[in-house]
Amino acid sequence: MARSSAHRRAAAARLRGTRGLAGWLFVLPALAFYAVFVLRPIALTFQYSLYEWDGIGPSTWAGPANYGKVFTDPDLFDSLVNAFQLIVFFSAIPVVLGLAIAATIRRIAQSRLALVARAVLFLPQVIPLVAAGIAWSWLLASTGVVNQLLSLVGLGGVTRAWLGDFATALPAVGMIGAWVLLGLCTLLLLAGMSKIDPALYEAARLDGAGPWREFVSITVPSLRQEIAVCVTVTVIAALASFDIIYISTQGGPGNTTMVPGLQIFYLAFSEREVGTASALAVVLMVLVIACALPIQWFAKDGNR
Amino acid sequence: MITARREAWTGRLLLILMMAITLLPFLSLFVTALHPSGTYPAGLAWPDEPQWGNFPRAFEAANMGELLKSSVLIVLGVVPISILLGTMAGFAIGHLRVIGGRVVFLLFVLGLTLPFEGIITPLYYQIRDMGLLNTRWAIILPLIGLFMPFSVFWMRAHFVNMPGELSESARMDGANVWQLFRRIHVPLAMPAISSLGILLFLWTWNQFLLAIVLVDDPAKRTMSGALGAFQGQWGTDIPLLCAGSLLILTPTLAIFLIFQRHFVKALLQGSLKG
Repeated sequence: MARSSAHRRAAAARLRGTRGLAGWLFVLPALAFYAVFVLRPIALTFQYSLYEWDGIGPSTWAGPANYGKVFTDPDLFDSLVNAFQLIVFFSAIPVVLGLAIAATIRRIAQSRLALVARAVLFLPQVIPLVAAGIAWSWLLASTGVVNQLLSLVGLGGVTRAWLGDFATALPAVGMIGAWVLLGLCTLLLLAGMSKIDPALYEAARLDGAGPWREFVSITVPSLRQEIAVCVTVTVIAALASFDIIYISTQGGPGNTTMVPGLQIFYLAFSEREVGTASALAVVLMVLVIACALPIQWFAKDGNR
Repeated sequence: MITARREAWTGRLLLILMMAITLLPFLSLFVTALHPSGTYPAGLAWPDEPQWGNFPRAFEAANMGELLKSSVLIVLGVVPISILLGTMAGFAIGHLRVIGGRVVFLLFVLGLTLPFEGIITPLYYQIRDMGLLNTRWAIILPLIGLFMPFSVFWMRAHFVNMPGELSESARMDGANVWQLFRRIHVPLAMPAISSLGILLFLWTWNQFLLAIVLVDDPAKRTMSGALGAFQGQWGTDIPLLCAGSLLILTPTLAIFLIFQRHFVKALLQGSLKG
């Protein structure tokens, strides 16, 4: 008896040992890769942002001048504004529409059709965004399917090259993003709805609540966490968008679809303004965190 | 009863409409790819003589054989190492609860939302100084680092729920930490590991930014990066571009259809946790 408890104590002591050096040996390789290829570049981005540098010659100290440029140069500032406008398409449409669709198909969520739909709606998440960009550039072209459909329903007057028109390019790019993200949001919300106790809905029906009332007072509040996830994922996708825009418009026409990610790419690798590119990169990283954190807190609050 | 049936019908109609919208771009790519190359087909019109030859031509023009090989090599470089390192760190932080683990974990969590564009500039110079520009290592090594936040986060979430007694009894049998990890915890973590593997595979295969910045030669890029180059080269030949895009989509689509259930599960869990 005494012996086995001594044995146990020895084992526990050894286990405690693993909280020190032995345990750290497990963490170190991951931390090393993270430090070399993520943390160091983050620190360097901060450093570069304070200098003027063409990437080749010597650099000169610039202080906060590059940040001043980000907020005063209309080209740079507009890219930030565009990114926020994209949130309407990347986040608002998929989340609101996703909620409506998920609520409508909730009752048939286990049907055969819904199982097929689950696979189909996930396709945009699986293919490269580049491919989505190419496919949609063609759909939205002046001879594309979108215009064909519009003419078919008698709206031939509004047809145009959607991605080449100053007024419609940004919304058109936004619709591509909405297409990519709508399926994911719908399925996430649907998965959340399947966890809601059906008794809640029965009680509401007995109290004479209509579908709208049900939706507002039961469905939406119970989905707080799923909604927060959808909003976080889609807002980040909007602010950090790159692939779709690089392929479909390259920021044009003019600067109407320029976003920070693409602007950083051009500044750093074509215009050789590494300092300005880095300042914009810092602003982008801060904006993403500033948008993501409050949404997380909001979701956590609901769980208490 | 009647309202319920009506709701079911609106639901079905809506689902079918959504599927149609989702599939429309693929259909358009497919129909356009069958038109004679160099033409500008109008919208969705079935060609008089479907040009099936566009697919082999695009296969050759895009150098698909090389591309597939390159993408597979990159995936093989990134995914196993990321899984191993992420699982080890997740185990130490979530289960062994190493001293200072909370701080390290926070450090990883901070990287979860990092946009890759934020660090691409210094990464370029760093990779250049390492002499790795234009090699597949230029994509592989940074991706492992960039995937660490999610991998560690994901695996920690699994290990945090493993009961401590499991390890204690193994330790009493004289197992050291590595044996404990390898023989007991890794097998139990297989579901979490395979979901992580699926997500990392997709994110590697579809990685675009790192590929176009760090590797000039399309034949050494990921599929996605090569597609960008293909568009630049054949952008004016719409049917050929569409055929090429479809070919480049095929591998992921095929793998998705085969492992459909796992993918959907992994993607849903992945976004919920991340």
